[in-house]
This record gives sequence, C-alpha cells and structure tokens, in this order.
Amino acid sequence: MVAARSEVRALAAAVGFRLLDQTRLATVTSELARNILKYAKRGRLIAQPAQGPQGRSGIRLIFEDKGPGIPDIEAAMRDGFTTDRGLGKGLPGSRRLVDEFRIESEVGRGTRITVVRWL
Amino acid sequence: MNGLQRIPILKVGRVLIVPIQTDMDDHTVVRLQERILSELERTRARGVLIDISLLEMVDSFIGRMLSDIAAMARIMDARTVVVGIQPAVAITLVELGLELNGVSTVLNVDEGIRLLRDEFGIDGNSDDEDAPGGLHGLGHQVNHP
Repeated sequence: MVAARSEVRALAAAVGFRLLDQTRLATVTSELARNILKYAKRGRLIAQPAQGPQGRSGIRLIFEDKGPGIPDIEAAMRDGFTTDRGLGKGLPGSRRLVDEFRIESEVGRGTRITVVRWL
Repeated sequence: MNGLQRIPILKVGRVLIVPIQTDMDDHTVVRLQERILSELERTRARGVLIDISLLEMVDSFIGRMLSDIAAMARIMDARTVVVGIQPAVAITLVELGLELNGVSTVLNVDEGIRLLRDEFGIDGNSDDEDAPGGLHGLGHQVNHP
C-alpha cells in the first residue's frame, strides 16, 4: 500500500496536480487499496492519465478485485456504515476526494471502483 | 508490507515524543500504537507528543490510530498532542470525514510542549531521572525491538 500510494502520488505530480490533489489521490488510493486487501485479499490497481472533453486532463484510478462483492452499494456509500470494526469512512470519504466515482460490484464475482480527478 | 519500519519513541522528562518520519503501512501503524501504550506503562510518562509534520498523508486508518492512542492514553492518565499536521493533510482529513476526536493538535513541537505544560501541567523538563538540558537535550531513547 505504501508503494501504491507513492506511485499514484508520483503519477499525479507528473500529470500536473499540486500538493493538495496529490494528497487527496494518495489518500483515496490508501482507502480503496485497503478495502481490496481486507475483503478480497488481492486485486489490482490501474493508475493512468485521463483525457476528458475539451482537452481536459486528469488521472483515473481503477481498483479491481475478484472478492466477495458489495451486497448493498447504497448502504456501503453511507458515512459510518461498516461491516467490521472500521470507521465506515473509506468509500463515502473517498468519493468526496475525487470528481467522479463509480462502483460496479457483483456478489461473489468482485468489485471494480473507478475514480477520476480532473486538473 | 515489511517489518523494517522503525519509528523511534523518545522520552524527554515525562513526555514521550514520537516523530513519525516515513509513510507507514498498516502493520507499522498497529505496532506503533502498541509500542506507545507499552512505553507509557513502562516509563509512566504523562504526555504523548506525536510529530506528523513529515507525514504526507493521513488516511482513516492512521486517523483512527491517533484517536485511539489519545483515548487509551487518557485512560492511563496521559494526554496526547499531535503536532505539525500539513495543510493538505488537514484538508483531506476533513473531506474524508475524520475529526480526530479527543486529539489536541498544534502547529509545532514547541507549542505541543507548551500545551502539555500549561494546559495539563505536564513538564517535559522535570523528571526523577531528568535528561540534561531537558527538551533541548537529546532525550532518552526508549526503543525496544
């Protein structure tokens, strides 16, 4: 996770993000990578520069796993909702740190969370 | 994850000073919490000063550790001060929805010491086995593997 955070931070810096956004992106990476380790044990993170309409640039992070999936996404996105002893801040907090946030999840199949932050 | 990350815990007077200087993995965070509590018991320190000025990120896990340490230290009759939080880290913490409940935060180590002394009457200088030069000395290294 330490490596994932520092790589995302480096990519964010290369794309042109300033310190505050680098910190937001490193924090999102930490929260979502931890969820993968906690629930699915393993998965992968794809970090890539993003191109938007009107030549907008940004960064896209995709967190994928083949874990148990999220039965109730709406509940999982609520502040304070947790299935273990966590704070329940990981998903809803992460959403507040990025511009776009999409969850695709199927019980028994896995979860993919895609986030985008624009410059 | 590796087991090689070592965070020093220094005892100066009746205060434990914990300078966190590297990004920590979760295992290191948990170990650090345990070590601070056992050092509190062993040294009977009354204050814990955690310097996070070099931390580039505080996520919900580290945030919870800071709150938990403060709560547990309080039960052991010690006060916790977190110093040096970077502005970008503070903004991100608030957006994330963390409030660091029960944790006093100040800008730098000097103010942290002052807070412990003035508000809580915990002196970094006076101790049965006082460090020469008090806070300006090197303090005692109380690390144990």
